[in-house]
Amino acid sequence: MAWKGVERGGDGQPVWSGASAVAGAAAELQGGVQAEHAQAQARQAGEVILDLQHISLSFGGVKALTDISFDVREHEIRAIIGPNGAGKSSMLNVINGVYHPQQGRIVFRGEERRKMHPTAAARQGIARTFQNIALFKGMTVLDNIMTGRNTRFRSGLLANALWWGPARNEEMRHRQKVEEVIDFLEIQAIRKTPVGRLPYGLQKRVELARALAAEPSMLLLDEPMAGMNVEEKQDMCRFILDVNHQFGTTIVLIEHDMGVVMDISDRVVVLDYGKKIGDGTPEAVKANPDVIRAYLGAGH
Amino acid sequence: MTFFFEILIGGLLSGLMYSLVALGFVLIYKASGVFNFAQGAMVYFAALAVVGLMDKGLPMWAAVIGAFGVMVVVGISTERLVLRKLVNQPPITLFMATIGLSFFLEGLGPLLFGNEVRPINLGIVDEPIESILTRFNIVVSKFDLAAAGIAGLLVGTLALFFQYTKVGRALRAVADDHQAALSLGIPLQHIWAIVWGVAGFVALVAGMLWGSRNGVQFALTLTALKALPVLILGGFTSVPGAIVGGLIIGASEKLAEIYIPPVFQSAFGGNFGGIEGWFPYVFALLFLLVRPEGLFGEKHIDRV
Repeated sequence: MAWKGVERGGDGQPVWSGASAVAGAAAELQGGVQAEHAQAQARQAGEVILDLQHISLSFGGVKALTDISFDVREHEIRAIIGPNGAGKSSMLNVINGVYHPQQGRIVFRGEERRKMHPTAAARQGIARTFQNIALFKGMTVLDNIMTGRNTRFRSGLLANALWWGPARNEEMRHRQKVEEVIDFLEIQAIRKTPVGRLPYGLQKRVELARALAAEPSMLLLDEPMAGMNVEEKQDMCRFILDVNHQFGTTIVLIEHDMGVVMDISDRVVVLDYGKKIGDGTPEAVKANPDVIRAYLGAGH
Repeated sequence: MTFFFEILIGGLLSGLMYSLVALGFVLIYKASGVFNFAQGAMVYFAALAVVGLMDKGLPMWAAVIGAFGVMVVVGISTERLVLRKLVNQPPITLFMATIGLSFFLEGLGPLLFGNEVRPINLGIVDEPIESILTRFNIVVSKFDLAAAGIAGLLVGTLALFFQYTKVGRALRAVADDHQAALSLGIPLQHIWAIVWGVAGFVALVAGMLWGSRNGVQFALTLTALKALPVLILGGFTSVPGAIVGGLIIGASEKLAEIYIPPVFQSAFGGNFGGIEGWFPYVFALLFLLVRPEGLFGEKHIDRV
């Protein structure tokens, strides 16, 4: 990995040498990342809030992930990229607790676990969107987003069923919050529409709204811009950056559009065939020969 | 004309009792996407529990509370012992499991609570309401009106519950997409336990109303079959649909019973009584051809 040092050394940033070598070494280098990005974007990446160590996941004989380690810092935008079938979605599902890795440790906010459960992850402030939109199709946009507030409700089943005073006030308060999210994502006009009737791009936006309604500290986005036209992509980019800047939400995203990834991410981890082949700033990753080989084929 | 209205009102009132049974199906279908074949058995089981507990010397109110407890236990154990093992299985598997459940309940009920036919006396007499009889010369049964009132109230309350509360939304969310619901922190197991508990309660109310009219007997399981045309009309996922479907089926079968046989008789001769028994199914079949998703069902639009 010395090549990085050589390259980056040219513009006086030798800190980058060996950035993706081992997880431990990476930690020392974070100071450099922060300094660089604090200037570029008026926002500080904070402590490591999610640390994945030596994660291995297989389905029967198929190895989806092999010994993958990387971390996510508070308030950053962390991208996971890689060719099709590289294990990106599997990685996200491990973080979210849908898949349970056979090996490895997950440390979230200083708490170690072998595996997460999706509902537990939600309660701890991790929200997500899905690669294939997973909205509640028969429900209106408003109801869909309201379900995002689920973990924030305090009143019990009985109070809820009786539409009892405090439960009702609570409902109103959550409704208020949901309206804020709706305004933020500029979907006021469609709030009463059943989501099944909306065009694809808008459905993606509603899904983001539902995740945001939970006021997550960490947001997992699985290909938020897949299948969108240029204009929709620009909007989505803007929303992701706004979320990150205004609420300080940590974002982990998978995306195929390299232009987008390189523009908005603070750090990028690259997977290929379930193995990590690169990790670092967009510039560093772009110049990584392993990454270039994975994307363009060995002949180039 | 008064005769027509008498039939119509009687039909509408008995229709609401169909709605009540249909509601049990809708609840479980909405929350888990499963057609619960055991709903009829649950109605029978609940009614049996009430009379069985009364036979043991409990007063009516205590027996009803006890039966509710029994139904909640049935609901929660169904979730624990059957559904939880079948998460992520195709709907047909779950459907088959509910067929098994119906046989189990039909066997367990008589075993625990006895199998002789017994009446439930709700204390509402089945006689015409005086004021309506004298003023409009129409017979409206007190019992029918009270039963319809209870059914309507229950259906209405649950419709509101589904539409406007957190739990209601969570139920609909779970029905739509398990993975997405989990990612939002909605606990699947709780929701299923709640929904089976509520379905048990609905079965209890239906069992008591139908049981006090026809006696608590095995035939109660067949009332569930009358809910099928109601569901086809109203849509499997709609609580208001269950009400409207029940009203239409109730009214149309009674009117058909009165007005269709004379027409057939004059055309073909012979006896055409008992149309009530099959008319709803034929009606539902014809309806399917025109509107397969039901009046209020969610229309599925596939993107191609």
